[in-house]
Amino acid sequence: MTTKGYVRKDGRKNDELRSPIKAEVGVIPNADGSAMFQIGKTIAIAAVYGPKKMHPQHSQDPEKGTLRCTYNMNSFSVEERIKPGPSRRSTEISKITEWALEPTLMLDKFPNMVVDVHINIIQADAGTRCAGINAASMALAHAGIPMRDMVSSISVGKIDKSLVLDLDKYEDSEFDEGEGSTDIPVSITHSGEITHLQLDGKISKEQLMEVIEMAKKACNEIYEIQKKALKEALK
Amino acid sequence: MEEHKRNLVIPGEIITEGDNYLPGEGTEKRGKKIVALRYGLAEEINKLVKVIPLSGVYQPRRGNVVIGKVNLLTFNGWVIDIGTAENAFLPLTETPRFVPKDRLDEVMEIGDIAVVKIFGINGRGIDLTIKSRGLGRIDEGLIFKINPNKVPRVIGKEGSMIKIIKDYTNCNITVGQNGFIWIKGDKIEDELFAKEAIEFVTEKSFMEGLTDKMDGWFESKGAVKRESKRYDEKSEEEWGGENDN
Repeated sequence: MTTKGYVRKDGRKNDELRSPIKAEVGVIPNADGSAMFQIGKTIAIAAVYGPKKMHPQHSQDPEKGTLRCTYNMNSFSVEERIKPGPSRRSTEISKITEWALEPTLMLDKFPNMVVDVHINIIQADAGTRCAGINAASMALAHAGIPMRDMVSSISVGKIDKSLVLDLDKYEDSEFDEGEGSTDIPVSITHSGEITHLQLDGKISKEQLMEVIEMAKKACNEIYEIQKKALKEALK
Repeated sequence: MEEHKRNLVIPGEIITEGDNYLPGEGTEKRGKKIVALRYGLAEEINKLVKVIPLSGVYQPRRGNVVIGKVNLLTFNGWVIDIGTAENAFLPLTETPRFVPKDRLDEVMEIGDIAVVKIFGINGRGIDLTIKSRGLGRIDEGLIFKINPNKVPRVIGKEGSMIKIIKDYTNCNITVGQNGFIWIKGDKIEDELFAKEAIEFVTEKSFMEGLTDKMDGWFESKGAVKRESKRYDEKSEEEWGGENDN
Protein backbone atom coordinates (compact mmCIF):
# COMPACT_ATOMS: atom_id res chain seq x y z
CA MET A 1 0.00 0.00 0.00
CA THR A 2 1.29 3.40 -0.89
CA THR A 3 1.25 6.26 1.55
CA LYS A 4 2.31 8.94 -0.92
CA GLY A 5 -0.94 8.69 -2.76
CA TYR A 6 -2.38 6.67 -5.54
CA VAL A 7 -0.55 6.31 -8.84
CA ARG A 8 -2.94 5.79 -11.73
CA LYS A 9 -2.59 2.75 -13.92
CA ASP A 10 -3.13 4.59 -17.19
CA GLY A 11 -0.51 7.20 -16.32
CA ARG A 12 -2.91 10.11 -15.94
CA LYS A 13 -2.38 12.86 -13.41
CA ASN A 14 -4.84 12.87 -10.53
CA ASP A 15 -6.71 15.83 -11.98
CA GLU A 16 -6.61 14.75 -15.59
CA LEU A 17 -9.66 13.81 -17.66
CA ARG A 18 -9.68 10.72 -19.83
CA SER A 19 -9.00 11.17 -23.49
CA PRO A 20 -10.29 11.30 -26.10
CA ILE A 21 -13.18 13.63 -25.26
CA LYS A 22 -15.45 13.98 -28.26
CA ALA A 23 -18.80 15.64 -28.65
CA GLU A 24 -21.11 15.90 -31.60
CA VAL A 25 -24.55 17.35 -32.12
CA GLY A 26 -27.29 16.15 -34.46
CA VAL A 27 -26.34 12.49 -34.55
CA ILE A 28 -29.96 11.26 -34.74
CA PRO A 29 -31.74 12.85 -37.71
CA ASN A 30 -35.25 11.80 -36.64
CA ALA A 31 -35.03 13.39 -33.18
CA ASP A 32 -35.86 17.04 -32.46
CA GLY A 33 -32.43 17.32 -30.88
CA SER A 34 -29.61 14.86 -30.36
CA ALA A 35 -26.00 14.62 -29.23
CA MET A 36 -23.17 12.20 -28.65
CA PHE A 37 -20.62 12.52 -25.87
CA GLN A 38 -17.54 10.38 -25.52
CA ILE A 39 -15.03 10.45 -22.70
CA GLY A 40 -12.34 7.79 -22.78
CA LYS A 41 -14.05 4.53 -23.64
CA THR A 42 -17.48 5.66 -22.45
CA ILE A 43 -19.87 6.77 -25.20
CA ALA A 44 -23.37 8.13 -24.61
CA ILE A 45 -25.93 9.26 -27.13
CA ALA A 46 -28.97 11.31 -26.23
CA ALA A 47 -32.11 12.07 -28.22
CA VAL A 48 -34.69 14.71 -27.32
CA TYR A 49 -38.31 14.56 -28.52
CA GLY A 50 -40.77 17.30 -27.83
CA PRO A 51 -42.14 19.35 -26.20
CA LYS A 52 -45.12 17.17 -27.06
CA LYS A 53 -48.44 16.41 -25.42
CA MET A 54 -48.13 14.32 -22.27
CA HIS A 55 -49.83 10.95 -22.36
CA PRO A 56 -51.53 9.54 -20.30
CA GLN A 57 -53.55 12.64 -19.57
CA HIS A 58 -53.53 12.14 -15.77
CA SER A 59 -49.77 12.70 -15.65
CA GLN A 60 -50.11 16.12 -17.26
CA ASP A 61 -49.03 19.08 -15.18
CA PRO A 62 -51.09 22.19 -16.01
CA GLU A 63 -48.52 24.42 -14.25
CA LYS A 64 -45.42 23.51 -16.20
CA GLY A 65 -43.95 20.96 -18.55
CA THR A 66 -42.38 17.71 -17.48
CA LEU A 67 -38.93 16.38 -18.20
CA ARG A 68 -38.83 12.65 -18.72
CA CYS A 69 -35.45 10.97 -19.00
CA THR A 70 -34.81 7.37 -19.92
CA TYR A 71 -31.35 6.01 -19.30
CA ASN A 72 -30.50 2.74 -20.94
CA MET A 73 -27.32 0.75 -21.17
CA ASN A 74 -27.21 -1.25 -24.36
CA SER A 75 -26.63 -4.95 -23.88
CA PHE A 76 -23.42 -4.79 -25.94
CA SER A 77 -22.00 -1.80 -24.08
CA VAL A 78 -19.96 -3.87 -21.63
CA GLU A 79 -17.69 -6.89 -22.01
CA GLU A 80 -20.13 -9.32 -20.43
CA ARG A 81 -23.54 -8.89 -22.08
CA ILE A 82 -26.04 -7.28 -19.75
CA LYS A 83 -29.70 -8.14 -19.76
CA PRO A 84 -31.57 -5.54 -21.76
CA GLY A 85 -34.51 -3.65 -20.31
CA PRO A 86 -35.10 -1.44 -17.31
CA SER A 87 -33.40 -2.33 -14.06
CA ARG A 88 -33.23 -0.89 -10.57
CA ARG A 89 -30.01 0.87 -11.55
CA SER A 90 -31.23 2.37 -14.81
CA THR A 91 -34.44 3.63 -13.20
CA GLU A 92 -32.39 5.39 -10.55
CA ILE A 93 -30.05 6.97 -13.07
CA SER A 94 -32.99 8.14 -15.19
CA LYS A 95 -34.41 9.95 -12.17
CA ILE A 96 -31.01 11.39 -11.21
CA THR A 97 -30.58 12.72 -14.76
CA GLU A 98 -33.96 14.42 -14.59
CA TRP A 99 -33.01 16.11 -11.35
CA ALA A 100 -29.64 17.17 -12.70
CA LEU A 101 -31.10 18.80 -15.80
CA GLU A 102 -34.45 20.18 -14.71
CA PRO A 103 -33.17 23.20 -12.73
CA THR A 104 -31.74 24.70 -15.92
CA LEU A 105 -34.79 24.13 -18.11
CA MET A 106 -37.58 26.69 -18.46
CA LEU A 107 -40.46 24.28 -18.72
CA ASP A 108 -43.10 26.73 -17.46
CA LYS A 109 -43.70 27.70 -21.09
CA PHE A 110 -44.96 24.21 -21.91
CA PRO A 111 -47.88 23.30 -19.64
CA ASN A 112 -49.39 19.84 -20.13
CA MET A 113 -46.42 18.85 -22.24
CA VAL A 114 -43.47 16.56 -21.87
CA VAL A 115 -39.90 16.68 -23.09
CA ASP A 116 -38.58 13.19 -23.64
CA VAL A 117 -34.86 12.54 -23.32
CA HIS A 118 -33.59 9.11 -24.26
CA ILE A 119 -30.04 8.38 -23.21
CA ASN A 120 -28.33 5.30 -24.55
CA ILE A 121 -24.93 4.14 -23.42
CA ILE A 122 -23.42 2.38 -26.39
CA GLN A 123 -20.05 1.76 -24.77
CA ALA A 124 -19.48 1.75 -21.02
CA ASP A 125 -16.30 2.21 -19.06
CA ALA A 126 -17.44 3.92 -15.83
CA GLY A 127 -18.88 7.42 -15.59
CA THR A 128 -21.84 6.59 -17.81
CA ARG A 129 -24.34 8.77 -15.93
CA CYS A 130 -22.02 11.76 -16.29
CA ALA A 131 -21.53 11.14 -20.00
CA GLY A 132 -25.30 10.73 -20.29
CA ILE A 133 -25.98 14.06 -18.58
CA ASN A 134 -23.39 15.81 -20.78
CA ALA A 135 -24.96 14.38 -23.91
CA ALA A 136 -28.50 15.15 -22.71
CA SER A 137 -27.62 18.77 -21.93
CA MET A 138 -26.28 19.26 -25.44
CA ALA A 139 -29.25 17.47 -26.99
CA LEU A 140 -31.71 19.67 -25.07
CA ALA A 141 -29.95 22.79 -26.29
CA HIS A 142 -29.95 21.40 -29.81
CA ALA A 143 -33.69 20.75 -29.55
CA GLY A 144 -34.23 24.44 -28.89
CA ILE A 145 -35.61 24.00 -25.38
CA PRO A 146 -35.24 27.29 -23.43
CA MET A 147 -32.51 26.80 -20.83
CA ARG A 148 -30.90 29.11 -18.31
CA ASP A 149 -27.56 27.39 -18.58
CA MET A 150 -25.74 24.32 -19.81
CA VAL A 151 -24.98 21.42 -17.47
CA SER A 152 -21.66 19.59 -17.40
CA SER A 153 -21.02 16.52 -15.34
CA ILE A 154 -17.98 14.61 -14.12
CA SER A 155 -17.20 12.03 -11.49
CA VAL A 156 -14.51 12.51 -8.90
CA GLY A 157 -13.27 9.50 -6.97
CA LYS A 158 -11.55 8.82 -3.73
CA ILE A 159 -9.07 6.03 -4.37
CA ASP A 160 -7.74 4.85 -1.02
CA LYS A 161 -6.93 8.25 0.48
CA SER A 162 -6.26 10.36 -2.59
CA LEU A 163 -8.69 12.18 -4.85
CA VAL A 164 -8.67 11.48 -8.56
CA LEU A 165 -10.72 12.90 -11.41
CA ASP A 166 -12.84 10.95 -13.88
CA LEU A 167 -12.60 7.32 -12.77
CA ASP A 168 -12.24 4.56 -15.32
CA LYS A 169 -13.69 1.11 -14.90
CA TYR A 170 -10.73 -0.32 -13.00
CA GLU A 171 -10.64 2.56 -10.53
CA ASP A 172 -14.41 2.57 -10.14
CA SER A 173 -15.19 -1.08 -9.58
CA GLU A 174 -12.06 -3.23 -9.36
CA PHE A 175 -9.75 -1.29 -7.05
CA ASP A 176 -10.08 -2.51 -3.46
CA GLU A 177 -6.87 -1.70 -1.62
CA GLY A 178 -6.77 0.35 1.55
CA GLU A 179 -9.97 2.34 1.95
CA GLY A 180 -11.18 1.17 -1.44
CA SER A 181 -12.76 3.46 -3.98
CA THR A 182 -15.62 5.93 -3.66
CA ASP A 183 -17.24 7.43 -6.73
CA ILE A 184 -18.74 10.95 -6.50
CA PRO A 185 -20.56 12.12 -9.65
CA VAL A 186 -21.14 15.88 -9.72
CA SER A 187 -23.11 18.00 -12.21
CA ILE A 188 -22.42 21.71 -12.37
CA THR A 189 -23.86 24.47 -14.54
CA HIS A 190 -21.54 26.84 -16.34
CA SER A 191 -22.27 29.56 -13.78
CA GLY A 192 -21.04 27.23 -11.04
CA GLU A 193 -24.23 25.96 -9.48
CA ILE A 194 -24.33 22.33 -8.45
CA THR A 195 -27.44 20.57 -9.73
CA HIS A 196 -26.49 17.04 -8.74
CA LEU A 197 -24.08 15.36 -6.38
CA GLN A 198 -24.08 11.71 -5.45
CA LEU A 199 -21.98 10.03 -2.84
CA ASP A 200 -22.12 6.62 -1.31
CA GLY A 201 -19.10 6.01 0.82
CA LYS A 202 -17.15 7.87 3.41
CA ILE A 203 -15.34 11.16 2.89
CA SER A 204 -14.28 14.01 5.16
CA LYS A 205 -15.83 17.45 4.82
CA GLU A 206 -12.48 18.96 3.77
CA GLN A 207 -12.01 16.37 1.06
CA LEU A 208 -15.56 16.82 -0.21
CA MET A 209 -14.92 20.54 -0.66
CA GLU A 210 -11.81 19.63 -2.58
CA VAL A 211 -13.87 17.23 -4.71
CA ILE A 212 -16.23 20.06 -5.64
CA GLU A 213 -13.34 22.33 -6.59
CA MET A 214 -11.85 19.60 -8.79
CA ALA A 215 -15.24 18.95 -10.40
CA LYS A 216 -15.78 22.66 -11.11
CA LYS A 217 -12.47 22.88 -12.93
CA ALA A 218 -13.17 19.76 -14.95
CA CYS A 219 -16.74 20.83 -15.76
CA ASN A 220 -15.40 24.04 -17.26
CA GLU A 221 -13.25 21.98 -19.58
CA ILE A 222 -16.23 19.85 -20.54
CA TYR A 223 -18.38 22.96 -21.05
CA GLU A 224 -15.89 24.26 -23.61
CA ILE A 225 -16.14 20.97 -25.49
CA GLN A 226 -19.95 21.04 -25.41
CA LYS A 227 -19.93 24.65 -26.59
CA LYS A 228 -17.55 23.87 -29.42
CA ALA A 229 -19.67 20.94 -30.57
CA LEU A 230 -22.85 23.03 -30.59
CA LYS A 231 -21.17 25.86 -32.47
CA GLU A 232 -19.66 23.54 -35.04
CA ALA A 233 -22.98 21.91 -35.80
CA LEU A 234 -23.69 24.83 -38.13
CA LYS A 235 -20.55 24.78 -40.30
CA MET B 1 -21.86 43.89 -31.88
CA GLU B 2 -22.46 45.50 -35.22
CA GLU B 3 -25.79 45.39 -36.91
CA HIS B 4 -26.79 42.43 -39.07
CA LYS B 5 -23.93 40.38 -37.72
CA ARG B 6 -25.33 37.16 -36.33
CA ASN B 7 -23.50 35.01 -33.85
CA LEU B 8 -24.31 31.43 -32.95
CA VAL B 9 -24.98 31.25 -29.24
CA ILE B 10 -25.73 28.45 -26.79
CA PRO B 11 -27.97 28.62 -23.68
CA GLY B 12 -26.38 30.55 -20.85
CA GLU B 13 -23.94 32.36 -23.08
CA ILE B 14 -23.53 36.13 -22.63
CA ILE B 15 -24.49 37.84 -25.88
CA THR B 16 -23.66 41.40 -24.95
CA GLU B 17 -23.10 43.59 -21.94
CA GLY B 18 -24.31 47.09 -21.20
CA ASP B 19 -27.11 49.12 -19.68
CA ASN B 20 -28.95 50.20 -22.80
CA TYR B 21 -29.67 46.82 -24.38
CA LEU B 22 -33.13 45.32 -24.30
CA PRO B 23 -33.68 41.58 -23.96
CA GLY B 24 -35.85 40.23 -26.78
CA GLU B 25 -37.11 36.79 -27.62
CA GLY B 26 -34.94 33.92 -26.39
CA THR B 27 -32.87 36.14 -24.12
CA GLU B 28 -32.87 37.29 -20.52
CA LYS B 29 -31.30 40.18 -18.65
CA ARG B 30 -29.08 39.26 -15.71
CA GLY B 31 -27.68 42.38 -14.16
CA LYS B 32 -26.09 44.23 -17.05
CA LYS B 33 -25.67 41.14 -19.17
CA ILE B 34 -27.95 39.89 -21.92
CA VAL B 35 -27.90 36.11 -21.75
CA ALA B 36 -29.12 33.66 -24.39
CA LEU B 37 -31.79 31.22 -23.27
CA ARG B 38 -31.76 29.01 -26.30
CA TYR B 39 -29.57 27.71 -29.05
CA GLY B 40 -29.66 29.89 -32.14
CA LEU B 41 -28.41 32.99 -33.89
CA ALA B 42 -28.14 36.14 -31.78
CA GLU B 43 -29.12 39.31 -33.55
CA GLU B 44 -29.19 42.94 -32.44
CA ILE B 45 -31.45 45.51 -34.04
CA ASN B 46 -31.77 48.98 -32.47
CA LYS B 47 -30.43 47.78 -29.11
CA LEU B 48 -32.97 44.96 -29.01
CA VAL B 49 -31.21 41.63 -28.73
CA LYS B 50 -32.95 38.41 -29.74
CA VAL B 51 -32.11 34.84 -30.55
CA ILE B 52 -33.42 33.30 -33.77
CA PRO B 53 -33.96 29.60 -33.12
CA LEU B 54 -32.34 27.10 -35.48
CA SER B 55 -33.88 23.89 -34.26
CA GLY B 56 -36.72 22.53 -32.24
CA VAL B 57 -40.39 21.84 -32.77
CA TYR B 58 -42.80 24.33 -34.32
CA GLN B 59 -44.23 26.82 -31.83
CA PRO B 60 -47.70 27.95 -32.93
CA ARG B 61 -48.46 31.67 -32.97
CA ARG B 62 -51.55 33.71 -33.66
CA GLY B 63 -51.82 34.70 -37.29
CA ASN B 64 -49.66 31.89 -38.64
CA VAL B 65 -50.80 30.22 -41.83
CA VAL B 66 -50.17 26.49 -41.54
CA ILE B 67 -50.94 23.34 -43.49
CA GLY B 68 -52.52 20.43 -41.66
CA LYS B 69 -54.38 17.18 -42.03
CA VAL B 70 -57.96 16.59 -40.93
CA ASN B 71 -57.92 14.13 -38.05
CA LEU B 72 -61.51 14.05 -36.87
CA LEU B 73 -64.96 15.39 -37.65
CA THR B 74 -66.94 16.49 -34.62
CA PHE B 75 -70.52 17.74 -34.50
CA ASN B 76 -69.38 21.36 -34.79
CA GLY B 77 -66.07 21.35 -36.60
CA TRP B 78 -62.88 19.64 -37.62
CA VAL B 79 -59.87 18.56 -35.58
CA ILE B 80 -56.78 19.26 -37.64
CA ASP B 81 -53.26 18.00 -37.00
CA ILE B 82 -50.84 20.83 -37.68
CA GLY B 83 -47.82 19.18 -36.10
CA THR B 84 -48.13 20.78 -32.67
CA ALA B 85 -48.49 19.23 -29.24
CA GLU B 86 -51.98 20.65 -28.90
CA ASN B 87 -54.63 19.60 -31.33
CA ALA B 88 -56.02 22.39 -33.43
CA PHE B 89 -59.74 22.86 -33.91
CA LEU B 90 -61.52 24.46 -36.83
CA PRO B 91 -65.08 25.34 -35.79
CA LEU B 92 -67.97 25.24 -38.21
CA THR B 93 -68.51 28.97 -37.73
CA GLU B 94 -65.06 29.74 -39.12
CA THR B 95 -65.88 28.57 -42.63
CA PRO B 96 -66.38 31.21 -45.33
CA ARG B 97 -69.94 30.17 -46.12
CA PHE B 98 -72.74 28.46 -44.19
CA VAL B 99 -72.39 24.69 -43.76
CA PRO B 100 -75.22 22.61 -42.32
CA LYS B 101 -74.22 20.50 -39.34
CA ASP B 102 -74.77 17.25 -41.19
CA ARG B 103 -72.78 18.32 -44.23
CA LEU B 104 -69.35 18.71 -42.65
CA ASP B 105 -67.86 15.99 -44.82
CA GLU B 106 -68.75 17.94 -47.94
CA VAL B 107 -66.25 20.64 -46.96
CA MET B 108 -63.51 18.44 -45.54
CA GLU B 109 -63.22 14.75 -44.76
CA ILE B 110 -60.82 12.82 -42.56
CA GLY B 111 -57.44 12.69 -44.29
CA ASP B 112 -57.94 15.87 -46.30
CA ILE B 113 -55.15 18.44 -46.28
CA ALA B 114 -56.02 22.08 -45.71
CA VAL B 115 -54.39 25.47 -45.48
CA VAL B 116 -55.58 27.05 -42.24
CA LYS B 117 -54.81 30.14 -40.19
CA ILE B 118 -54.35 30.22 -36.42
CA PHE B 119 -56.64 32.86 -35.02
CA GLY B 120 -56.29 32.11 -31.36
CA ILE B 121 -54.38 30.07 -28.82
CA ASN B 122 -55.96 29.48 -25.45
CA GLY B 123 -55.56 27.09 -22.56
CA ARG B 124 -57.67 24.41 -24.21
CA GLY B 125 -55.94 24.41 -27.55
CA ILE B 126 -55.53 26.16 -30.86
CA ASP B 127 -58.41 27.68 -32.80
CA LEU B 128 -58.26 27.84 -36.58
CA THR B 129 -60.05 29.65 -39.35
CA ILE B 130 -60.42 29.29 -43.12
CA LYS B 131 -62.25 32.58 -43.56
CA SER B 132 -59.50 34.45 -45.45
CA ARG B 133 -58.58 34.14 -49.08
CA GLY B 134 -56.21 31.34 -49.96
CA LEU B 135 -57.32 29.15 -47.07
CA GLY B 136 -59.23 25.91 -47.24
CA ARG B 137 -58.92 22.40 -48.56
CA ILE B 138 -56.12 21.50 -50.93
CA ASP B 139 -57.32 19.52 -53.95
CA GLU B 140 -54.21 19.05 -56.03
CA GLY B 141 -50.54 19.79 -56.07
CA LEU B 142 -47.46 18.72 -54.20
CA ILE B 143 -46.97 18.79 -50.44
CA PHE B 144 -43.75 18.21 -48.56
CA LYS B 145 -42.22 19.17 -45.25
CA ILE B 146 -39.14 21.15 -44.36
CA ASN B 147 -37.63 22.11 -41.02
CA PRO B 148 -40.05 24.75 -39.62
CA ASN B 149 -37.09 26.84 -38.44
CA LYS B 150 -36.07 27.36 -42.06
CA VAL B 151 -39.45 28.77 -43.14
CA PRO B 152 -38.37 32.43 -42.69
CA ARG B 153 -35.41 31.76 -45.00
CA VAL B 154 -37.63 30.17 -47.66
CA ILE B 155 -39.97 33.17 -47.57
CA GLY B 156 -37.15 35.71 -47.42
CA LYS B 157 -37.31 39.35 -46.42
CA GLU B 158 -40.83 40.56 -47.27
CA GLY B 159 -41.29 37.51 -49.44
CA SER B 160 -38.34 38.16 -51.72
CA MET B 161 -37.09 34.57 -51.81
CA ILE B 162 -40.44 32.93 -52.46
CA LYS B 163 -41.18 35.49 -55.18
CA ILE B 164 -38.01 34.52 -57.03
CA ILE B 165 -38.89 30.85 -56.81
CA LYS B 166 -42.43 31.53 -58.01
CA ASP B 167 -41.20 33.64 -60.93
CA TYR B 168 -38.75 31.05 -62.16
CA THR B 169 -40.88 27.94 -61.71
CA ASN B 170 -44.26 29.45 -62.60
CA CYS B 171 -45.83 27.67 -59.66
CA ASN B 172 -48.12 28.77 -56.90
CA ILE B 173 -46.43 28.14 -53.57
CA THR B 174 -47.96 28.29 -50.09
CA VAL B 175 -45.52 28.03 -47.23
CA GLY B 176 -47.04 26.96 -43.94
CA GLN B 177 -45.26 28.26 -40.85
CA ASN B 178 -45.22 24.70 -39.52
CA GLY B 179 -42.88 23.64 -42.32
CA PHE B 180 -45.38 22.18 -44.75
CA ILE B 181 -45.19 23.55 -48.27
CA TRP B 182 -47.82 23.27 -50.97
CA ILE B 183 -46.80 23.71 -54.58
CA LYS B 184 -49.30 23.95 -57.38
CA GLY B 185 -48.15 24.32 -60.95
CA ASP B 186 -49.43 23.55 -64.43
CA LYS B 187 -46.97 20.70 -64.95
CA ILE B 188 -45.59 18.18 -62.48
CA GLU B 189 -42.08 19.05 -63.73
CA ASP B 190 -42.58 22.65 -62.59
CA GLU B 191 -43.71 21.48 -59.17
CA LEU B 192 -40.72 19.19 -58.72
CA PHE B 193 -38.41 21.97 -59.85
CA ALA B 194 -39.89 24.32 -57.27
CA LYS B 195 -39.41 21.64 -54.62
CA GLU B 196 -35.78 21.26 -55.65
CA ALA B 197 -35.28 25.01 -55.37
CA ILE B 198 -36.82 25.13 -51.90
CA GLU B 199 -34.70 22.23 -50.74
CA PHE B 200 -31.65 24.06 -52.04
CA VAL B 201 -32.63 27.08 -49.95
CA THR B 202 -33.06 24.98 -46.80
CA GLU B 203 -29.68 23.32 -47.31
CA LYS B 204 -27.90 26.62 -47.85
CA SER B 205 -29.94 28.52 -45.26
CA PHE B 206 -26.85 29.60 -43.32
CA MET B 207 -25.41 31.43 -46.35
CA GLU B 208 -25.37 35.23 -46.41
CA GLY B 209 -27.10 36.96 -49.30
CA LEU B 210 -28.72 33.79 -50.56
CA THR B 211 -31.55 35.67 -52.26
CA ASP B 212 -29.10 37.27 -54.69
CA LYS B 213 -27.48 33.92 -55.42
CA MET B 214 -30.79 32.29 -56.35
CA ASP B 215 -30.88 34.01 -59.77
CA GLY B 216 -27.57 32.34 -60.59
CA TRP B 217 -28.80 28.97 -59.36
CA PHE B 218 -31.91 29.13 -61.55
CA GLU B 219 -29.95 30.25 -64.59
CA SER B 220 -27.52 27.36 -64.14
CA LYS B 221 -30.53 25.06 -64.23
CA GLY B 222 -31.71 26.69 -67.44
CA ALA B 223 -34.85 28.25 -66.02
CA VAL B 224 -36.34 31.40 -67.48
CA LYS B 225 -37.74 34.14 -65.30
CA ARG B 226 -41.36 35.00 -65.91
CA GLU B 227 -43.22 37.67 -64.10
CA SER B 228 -45.70 35.43 -62.40
CA LYS B 229 -49.28 36.30 -63.14
CA ARG B 230 -50.33 34.52 -59.98
CA TYR B 231 -47.97 36.32 -57.74
CA ASP B 232 -50.39 38.48 -55.81
CA GLU B 233 -53.02 35.87 -55.25
CA LYS B 234 -51.91 34.43 -51.95
CA SER B 235 -48.97 36.49 -50.94
CA GLU B 236 -50.51 38.47 -48.11
CA GLU B 237 -51.36 35.51 -45.94
CA GLU B 238 -48.03 33.88 -46.38
CA TRP B 239 -45.95 36.51 -44.71
CA GLY B 240 -48.83 37.77 -42.61
CA GLY B 241 -47.81 35.33 -39.92
CA GLU B 242 -44.20 36.32 -40.21
CA ASN B 243 -44.83 39.95 -39.32
CA ASP B 244 -46.51 38.80 -36.17
CA ASN B 245 -43.32 37.39 -34.72
